[in-house]
Amino acid sequence: MKRDEIEFVAEVARAAAGLSIDGEPPYVLETRLGPVARREGFGSIREMLVAARQRREEKLLWAVVEALAVGETSFFRGMAVFRRLAEEMLPAAAATGRAGRPLRVLSAGCGSGQETYSIAMAVDEWGPAELGPRLELTGADLSHRALEKARSGLYTQFEVQRGLPIRSLLRHFEKREEMWAVGGRLKATTRWRRQNLLGDLKPLGRFDVVFCRHVLDGMDPAARERALAQLIGVLGEGGHLVLGEDEAAAGTAGALQRLGDGVYRRRGGARAAA
Amino acid sequence: MRTCLVVDDSRVIRKVARRIVEDMGFEVTEAGDGLEALAACRAGMPDAILLDWNMPAMDGVEFLRLLRREPGGERPRVIFCTVETGLDHIRTALDSGAAEYIMKPFDSDIVQSKFALAELL
Repeated sequence: MKRDEIEFVAEVARAAAGLSIDGEPPYVLETRLGPVARREGFGSIREMLVAARQRREEKLLWAVVEALAVGETSFFRGMAVFRRLAEEMLPAAAATGRAGRPLRVLSAGCGSGQETYSIAMAVDEWGPAELGPRLELTGADLSHRALEKARSGLYTQFEVQRGLPIRSLLRHFEKREEMWAVGGRLKATTRWRRQNLLGDLKPLGRFDVVFCRHVLDGMDPAARERALAQLIGVLGEGGHLVLGEDEAAAGTAGALQRLGDGVYRRRGGARAAA
Repeated sequence: MRTCLVVDDSRVIRKVARRIVEDMGFEVTEAGDGLEALAACRAGMPDAILLDWNMPAMDGVEFLRLLRREPGGERPRVIFCTVETGLDHIRTALDSGAAEYIMKPFDSDIVQSKFALAELL
């Protein structure tokens, strides 16, 4: 890819989703955009970008953004935090508010759903038994293609061997020809929403726990700040925000208490302090 | 240094697996079937065993059942590594004392992930 093409792609990604592709080597961009060009019927990335630039065609531009937004993913990435969710964060939330109310968890930037299903499995395997039926799980991502896969709950043999314990595979998946399918019980706890983190998250409602791991670090600073504010905005008082182990919620000390390993708790308002 | 016994009747697969496991910091020995593996374990129990299922002389499950009756044989963490992907096979392996299960084909990411899940890393 030529410099002007990279600049064009960078600008599109930043404007649409706050993504920063600074420092990505051209071959990485080519690996991601090549399949999009082929799928959309172009002979090369260059041809696709010329068309996208001239026509400013929304669908094509989004296909580019989606391809750039795809991150690395696996089941139970950073296993310890899933245990903390099931053994500490959700039990703490369960003790607050109306008895028996739903416990709402958001998996923001869920990609193809591995994180979201890992949350459901963690609650089932490690959480107190009464929590499972109260879990209301939302997976949100801006990529239509990723969400389609997440919703299908179908994973390849390679995918189910990254991070997923074999006992969890046995317990929660069914074999369907060459693929592995998430079981109906797990799928029933989960709903999926197409959502740009730069957009308004309020319609999703309030959450007890928000997972947003290894998503913000791919954004430019202004977008990261805006997305963080949105995520905090949908967090109930005392709710937990879970970022990647090495990600920091910069500039949010007033709103969030840092608990370590990427986990933050939303401070109570004046009412809670009184 | 921690030790791993790689058991597979294919020399090529043993070679591929050996390189991956060595890169994770294990000292590796090899066996071509269950009988050889049992002899190797009697000479010295490894920390980990990467174990194929279908092999001549003695298959993986038979080896594992015998291993567990050996003195010190309860100690090695055993990870199956096989083309068998049926739920029945996986259940049988776990019931026989395996800690994890790899479905071939595998790559270094999968082996590393499974070793971590088996608490070997």
